[in-house]
Amino acid sequence: MKLLPHPLLSLALALIWLLLNNSAAPGQLVLGLLLGWLIPLFTRAFWPDRVRIRRPVVLLRLVGVLLYDIVVANLAVARRILGDPERLAPAFVEVPLDLTSDLAISLLANTICLTPGTVSARLAADRRSLLVHALDAPDPAATRAQIKARYEAPLKEVFESC
Amino acid sequence: MDLTEYLLSFLILAGAGFTFVGSLGLARLGDFYTRLHGPTKATTLGVGCLLVASSVYFSSRGDGISLHEVLVTLFLFITAPVSAHLLAKAALHLGLPARGGDGPPAP
Repeated sequence: MKLLPHPLLSLALALIWLLLNNSAAPGQLVLGLLLGWLIPLFTRAFWPDRVRIRRPVVLLRLVGVLLYDIVVANLAVARRILGDPERLAPAFVEVPLDLTSDLAISLLANTICLTPGTVSARLAADRRSLLVHALDAPDPAATRAQIKARYEAPLKEVFESC
Repeated sequence: MDLTEYLLSFLILAGAGFTFVGSLGLARLGDFYTRLHGPTKATTLGVGCLLVASSVYFSSRGDGISLHEVLVTLFLFITAPVSAHLLAKAALHLGLPARGGDGPPAP
């Protein structure tokens, strides 16, 4: 039994505790670190694998790209909603997955849902492909290529590269 | 009226605007799957604008900076996609009809 099974989770929990209290007083800091240490210990059964972030810089860049995309895509979706709904070309797009770890796949699905205009609808039973519904995809192949290049490739680099 | 108030007004109006457009999408779009896009996503930026406005407002009151809003954003960004995904998945499972394209793939 390890004393500190998930260092990243512990750090995140401590940070969330400080944000919840909106204070960085020494007492809160100690309590936050204590909770960050104890909660992962008690919930160990839920977290079988230790999360490893191999390329923090790539992850930060992905978050930046994601925030930018959310703003741009929000504007695009707003324009489409206000425009003529008949001219939209909604489509289901099957995206083949190169990712294998559960965490990376769920992060990809979350990312796709966060960027307006696409919703991840179903993960294939064999975890090889993700079904995505796009609000306006005149060219499904382009949507597929964009998802793979923009989100999947960095995620693969961060969580699965060797 | 100083610059902060202009900024806050702009953020709140933009946030309200995006949230409104998101809800409008629910009424205007054709089928279940496209409707899903409006309220689940156009609102992320809307709520984001409102939260930034809230953070700036309470930080400028002089009681130190306010970072509660970061948490709200975090929890929103974690939970909103999951509910959207589950709604889409449930719709596929029930075989709801989709407009355009080849229709929904078989379950």
